[in-house]
Amino acid sequence: MLLNGVAVGCIYGLVALGFVLIYKATELVNFAQGDLLMLGAFVAYMAIAWWGWDYWLGFGLAVVVVALFGALLDRSVLRKVIGQPQFAVVMLTIGLGAMFRTFASVTWGSEIYTLTTPFDGKTVIAGATFSDQYLSIVVGTILLCGTLYAFFNYTRIGVAMQATSQNQLAAYYMGIPVKLIFSFIWAISAATAAVAGILLAPVTLIDINMGLAVALKAFAAAVLGGFGSIPGALVGGIVIGLIELFAGRFLPDGFKDAAPYVVLLLMLAVRPQGLFGSLGRKKV
Amino acid sequence: MTEAQLKVSNIETYYGPIMAIRGVSFEVPKGDIVTILGANGAGKTTVLKTVSGVMDPQKGSVTFEGREIQRMDPDKVMRLGMSHVPEGREVFPFLSVRENLRMGAYTRRDPDGVAKDLETVFGYFPVLKERADQRAGSLSGGEQQMLAISRALMANPRMMLLDEPSLGLSPKLVKEIFDIIVRINKERGVTILLVEQNANMALQVADYGYVLEVGRIVMADTCERLLQKEDIKEFYLGIKEEGARGQRRWKKRKTWR
Repeated sequence: MLLNGVAVGCIYGLVALGFVLIYKATELVNFAQGDLLMLGAFVAYMAIAWWGWDYWLGFGLAVVVVALFGALLDRSVLRKVIGQPQFAVVMLTIGLGAMFRTFASVTWGSEIYTLTTPFDGKTVIAGATFSDQYLSIVVGTILLCGTLYAFFNYTRIGVAMQATSQNQLAAYYMGIPVKLIFSFIWAISAATAAVAGILLAPVTLIDINMGLAVALKAFAAAVLGGFGSIPGALVGGIVIGLIELFAGRFLPDGFKDAAPYVVLLLMLAVRPQGLFGSLGRKKV
Repeated sequence: MTEAQLKVSNIETYYGPIMAIRGVSFEVPKGDIVTILGANGAGKTTVLKTVSGVMDPQKGSVTFEGREIQRMDPDKVMRLGMSHVPEGREVFPFLSVRENLRMGAYTRRDPDGVAKDLETVFGYFPVLKERADQRAGSLSGGEQQMLAISRALMANPRMMLLDEPSLGLSPKLVKEIFDIIVRINKERGVTILLVEQNANMALQVADYGYVLEVGRIVMADTCERLLQKEDIKEFYLGIKEEGARGQRRWKKRKTWR
């Protein structure tokens, strides 16, 4: 049972990771993150259920398509609003999210779909039985985070991405192609959302609104972890997932959805910089 | 004077509706150190930003080694061989010193040359070698300035733009940094365009100087001669002239006004 909470938390964590990556680099908050998750799930569904592709092929296709879409989004739309007031960006991304949902309902219909995955069975580890669906989410998250960690720390372009988000102007001076890096970060962030969507698909089923609730809670997770901290986003996600689980089990009906936000409010009152946030100061 | 490596003619740069640079022209010959002096808000930083492409001028042209670069993005300009050490150092605070330096060499494809330059840079500033694995944000101001200069050097540039390397440093450190700047110029033949408020230091190391005031160049001469000029002495070096009655004449004005 604990695993279910952790698994759902991992999904929040992945989406929160997407928020944080984009925020750190471009100082934009992408409220369409949840809808990218939804698009990922739908593309995978289309490839697997309609075209009869293999699960993993569909998985790969969806991740690549959504990643490219994220990069395109950056190039064509969001680059134009950098430097505009935050509010404009918030409205723009919320609007984009609504457009994606409309697009999805026109393309794939507004029914609820089930994605068949290779993870239908159960695994027994140390006497406890786990559902493969949830297990796949946790394992997938760990793998993805490991890959991203290695990428950001050990590859030239990964370190350049860190550099760009720490100091954009200086990155320009180093000859780092900042605009390209931004598109790349959008692609990674969108791909993370797509992975989250596909992993989540067997649990919540696919419909056009699947991203909304997830994104809202992931946003809470990102804030909880200290907006701008990558480990914070993941821990925040898992904390939110567990809170939700325990609230659903031990508290009266309806508290399940409210509990994460109550915790978030408490957190903001007690430690506004979040779990892992830091109040950095620039040296002069 | 040999053919100018950098030629700036009649640039006008705006911050929104405010004209920060009102038609500035100057030249930087290859292998020289040229300095632009000026007080706060004179437009020195804006001139450098316009040269390196962070800001685009409304009018005028910037020519680097025969190519017009005034509309280029800064990362492209940098790839042509011009490194910019920005005002306030602007290191990457959460990367280690070594990673910062590696980022300086981001555009290079010759690992051997990069490794060699890394050693050279550690030779210039041994303290950076000691702190190679420390986060850049934890360095002192002077060390960050050394890192910023080294990082720019890692790109193996033919020209360096230095924006107030003395900012916020102790006189001893300023001396140390300027010694290295001169060494970089002499040993590696890197052309240097230096922007400074510390006129005394800048005029001692540079070959040629321009004085910038409120977005205009008001004086241009070799540094030797600039050091002798009354106006420079009074307003930039703070050497006070005793008047006939033993008092400073408070009405004295700059000759170019």
